[in-house]
Amino acid sequence: MAARSAQRGSAAVAATLAIFLVLFVGITLYYFLWKVWWYPPPINDFGREIDAQFTRTFIITGIVFVASQLGLAWAVWRYRANGGRATYFEGNNTMEAVWTTATIVLFVGLGIFGRTAWAQLHFDAIPADAMKIEVTGKQFNWFFRYPGTDGKFGRTDPKLVDEANPVGLDPKDPASTDDVVTATLGVPTGREIELIERSLDVTHGFFVRELRLKQDALPGLLIHVHFHADVPGDYEIACTQLCGSGHHRMRATLKVMPPAEFEKWLANEKANQ
Amino acid sequence: MAAHEAAVHHHAPPQGFLWKYIFSKDHKVIGIQYWLLALVAVFTGMFLSLLMRIHLYWPNAHIPGMDGDFTPEKYLALMTMHGTIMVFMVLTTAPQAGFGNYFLPLQIGAEDMAFPTLNMMSFWTTFISFVCLIVAFFVEGGAPISGWTAYSPLSTLGSIAGPGEGLGQTMWVISIAFFCAASLMGAINFITTLIDLRARGLTMMRLPLTCWAWFITAILSLLAFGVLLAAGILMLLDRLGGTSFFIPGGLVVSGVQQTGHSGGSPLLWQHLFWFFGHPEVYIAIIPGMGMASHALSTFARKPVFGYRAMVYAMSAIGILGFMVWGHHMFLSGMSPYSGFAFSLMTMAIGVPSAIKTFNWLGTLWGGQIRFTAAMLYAIGFVTLFVSGGLSGLFLAQPSVDLYLHNTYFVPAHFHLVMGVAAIFGMFTGTYFWFPKVTGRKLNETLGKLHFWLTLPGTYAIFMPMHFLGLAGAVRRYADSTAVQFLPALQPVQFFISIAAFITIAAQFLFLFNVIWSLKYGEKAEGNVWEATTLEWTTASPPPFDNFAGHEPSVYRGPYEYGVPGYRDDYLPQHLEPGQLVPEKA
Amino acid sequence: MPGAPVIDDLEITPSDRGTRGPSSAEPPYGPGGGGGGRGGDGEGAPRSRPARSQRVYYTGIWLALAAILMFFMALVSAYLVRKGTGNDWRAVALPRVLWLNTAVLLLSSIALEASHRAWVRGQASAFRAWWATATALGLFFLVGQYVAWRQLAAAGVYLASNPSSSFFYLLTAAHGLHLAGGLAALLYVLSRDWIRLQAASGVAAEVASIYWHFMDGLWVFLLLVLTLGR
Repeated sequence: MAARSAQRGSAAVAATLAIFLVLFVGITLYYFLWKVWWYPPPINDFGREIDAQFTRTFIITGIVFVASQLGLAWAVWRYRANGGRATYFEGNNTMEAVWTTATIVLFVGLGIFGRTAWAQLHFDAIPADAMKIEVTGKQFNWFFRYPGTDGKFGRTDPKLVDEANPVGLDPKDPASTDDVVTATLGVPTGREIELIERSLDVTHGFFVRELRLKQDALPGLLIHVHFHADVPGDYEIACTQLCGSGHHRMRATLKVMPPAEFEKWLANEKANQ
Repeated sequence: MAAHEAAVHHHAPPQGFLWKYIFSKDHKVIGIQYWLLALVAVFTGMFLSLLMRIHLYWPNAHIPGMDGDFTPEKYLALMTMHGTIMVFMVLTTAPQAGFGNYFLPLQIGAEDMAFPTLNMMSFWTTFISFVCLIVAFFVEGGAPISGWTAYSPLSTLGSIAGPGEGLGQTMWVISIAFFCAASLMGAINFITTLIDLRARGLTMMRLPLTCWAWFITAILSLLAFGVLLAAGILMLLDRLGGTSFFIPGGLVVSGVQQTGHSGGSPLLWQHLFWFFGHPEVYIAIIPGMGMASHALSTFARKPVFGYRAMVYAMSAIGILGFMVWGHHMFLSGMSPYSGFAFSLMTMAIGVPSAIKTFNWLGTLWGGQIRFTAAMLYAIGFVTLFVSGGLSGLFLAQPSVDLYLHNTYFVPAHFHLVMGVAAIFGMFTGTYFWFPKVTGRKLNETLGKLHFWLTLPGTYAIFMPMHFLGLAGAVRRYADSTAVQFLPALQPVQFFISIAAFITIAAQFLFLFNVIWSLKYGEKAEGNVWEATTLEWTTASPPPFDNFAGHEPSVYRGPYEYGVPGYRDDYLPQHLEPGQLVPEKA
Repeated sequence: MPGAPVIDDLEITPSDRGTRGPSSAEPPYGPGGGGGGRGGDGEGAPRSRPARSQRVYYTGIWLALAAILMFFMALVSAYLVRKGTGNDWRAVALPRVLWLNTAVLLLSSIALEASHRAWVRGQASAFRAWWATATALGLFFLVGQYVAWRQLAAAGVYLASNPSSSFFYLLTAAHGLHLAGGLAALLYVLSRDWIRLQAASGVAAEVASIYWHFMDGLWVFLLLVLTLGR
């Protein structure tokens, strides 16, 4: 009697656990496959490459996730105690070899596949004709500096930093006179942009979702990244590296414009300095 | 003649409350002390996260007892201390120092740990560390705001970098330094005990997987905590001694020129911290893996599937764990070539993790599963480890991490593995070993209710965080609507907060169960789970010298469940072959 | 062994002469283990393996050294990295007394070795004399390091003067603190009534020596780093 009720109890628990796992898998799959909350569409090819690697990773992890969780659900249901003896086996070397090899191939293979996008961003040389823009992060703003018509950045000195001169531009350097410092990152479409990131104080992080681009800005270093943007519009720049109490409000806007509009915008920014 | 060599101590049990319960050198008392410290810490840490979750959806809510408004710095201080307390005082104490101290000597048939005095010192040093950490809340400026990762220069410039960055951050560093010393003492004890004090017949390959887990974890601790200690000393010197290990020159903070430092490297801190930090997360999870293996086998009534593979996999995770730290730094300005190398190593570490998962499934396969509370938590460990581990595959690739780094996807990943799976390992251990420690069982009904609230609850908290991350929500934001694309995600934040309230409330069931069962729990002396390992051969609780002077000998492996041809479906390790009862013909 | 007044209580295993360290699992001092008045078999007959109760100290000390090594390796890596970043590295002129200190430390290790040989030969008072010599030399080393610090300070070189000086002070201080711990161990062995509890002292002496030699070697390594990295 006790044994049977124990078995029934065991069936109830097993069923609940199995059903919970199946529901869990179902709900998770739904939110992933229907992309209820998802990343925004990319605005360049690089973004599409990143997304392709995302998709490959989703597929592989998704299959492993579903198989493992449903396997667990099946095992807890099928092998609930029923008064008998367990099947005694200590392992299976063939299976171990098979799934170890499969996992190595899948996981390491996936990692190697992702090399292309990373290489594009960081291994390949930045095109020499890229438009250079300096990005300066400080608690809690972003500033962007354009080298102007001479194509040269003027000298900066931290000792010259103040409210009116947030990047510390040295007015005595002739290259500084045509530099334009803005609080918005304006870029033209169809042009490779080189960002030179730096920080005045602590570590910050530059992130634009639609570019699939993120790079920390470290004080004491100049870090180069590059991108180009194909779709005009305004995109959010968020700080992603904890930088103090104003970390959440350290934002700016990336304005992508057709080249003609960009020139007008830049001229306007210069005039308003 | 008794060829057994002299045991660790033959002196009489201590007398007096102070020596028996406070400054005890008995590994069992020390194990309980660590477990209790972790219990206090986990409820403290949960309370901090409760405040965080309230603030993220109800930012204008005034918290009773909170001095003034719920400012961003308060949020960041709560977040920093939540992470520090949970990672160090919970995940690095209970699974290893708590359960390990109590049960390693018992499972290997020893009287005590190799160095009982050192053991006592390691607990009290941990306690001092915890006190220093809590003191940080109450000093001028409050607790630090730089996260448990304390990146420089935010953490090294002093209060000009932000509130809490004065004495609060200094107390944090001092606390960590004490913790490093305590962990190193513990590691020396664990490894020596396991190497030198095993019972006769207990070869390495007959060790329970819990012991292997504590052994490997102790080796990781031994090699990692020295590095953190060095980093902490360098940070302390930067903060107080005017040095510039981690602080570059030319800084302008809040308009003020920082002339006191130059030439240092923020990346150097990151490298040193993460060289420790990555092994640390394996220190947090490996004991839980051992516990899960142990419980799954015991309650499925069959051997662990692939015992050797499990040992090799845990060892591989431990070794590889020292070679992957750069995956926390893909976007830090570190060389992208190093980044790619770290990425491949990180993808590789997924392999032994996968092997373990398949072997857990294999352990259940063909079993006779008994759904005790301990078993439910062990099964919960497996599903959580799969969910949490797989999101690591995204973060391990720099091309994908480009988008996901420092978004909510990261806390989703590490909470599922560390914050839930590892905790489930602790629940498994508690429900499993409570009878051995106290002579009574925890109430099984309450335990199951606790499980049925906690597993869905924690999934409800942390699975949605993946979607926040995919949508680009940045982590460590005191304001969850601060950036243009965030307000649309507030319904998700709301859901997470509600799930958190319910799940945190459910943990009081556990607390109640522990307290209630101490007095009223079903008496459970003897081998309540019909288990095979040595701790079940002695009284509950065990006598002072564990085995009443009769050191056991071991004749077989630890997971001989369901062996055909015998009356019982389990063959204890300590029974001589002649003592086993065959099945009636 | 005839001649030495207290040797009757010293149970030496001559077969252990020349062996060293836990890897051989044979401490050359005393019978180890169950003998020496502790529980268990208690006859004090020479054994070929140390009893578990003694073995643990050897395992423990090697593990402690592994942890200490990681600590110093972290500092040395930080040294190398910091030297390469920032262009503010100015070499510290190492005070000459450091070389004297190094010689003193090496001599102290030699003295420990001599005391070990005396122990193995059953020469109790020689053991004590050499051990005391090693301890005194160790103290001289620490005093000498302090003198080096004073000399640097007199030259206006302090902790924060330069990254190179920061590392100098830090590495010497960290090493000095660890050595001071070793000195306490040497004093402990010296001060015990090592005749009555010779088994325990034997292990303590052996373990303290392992630690001391390691600190000696570590110092030579650190000095090399500080010299070559100038």
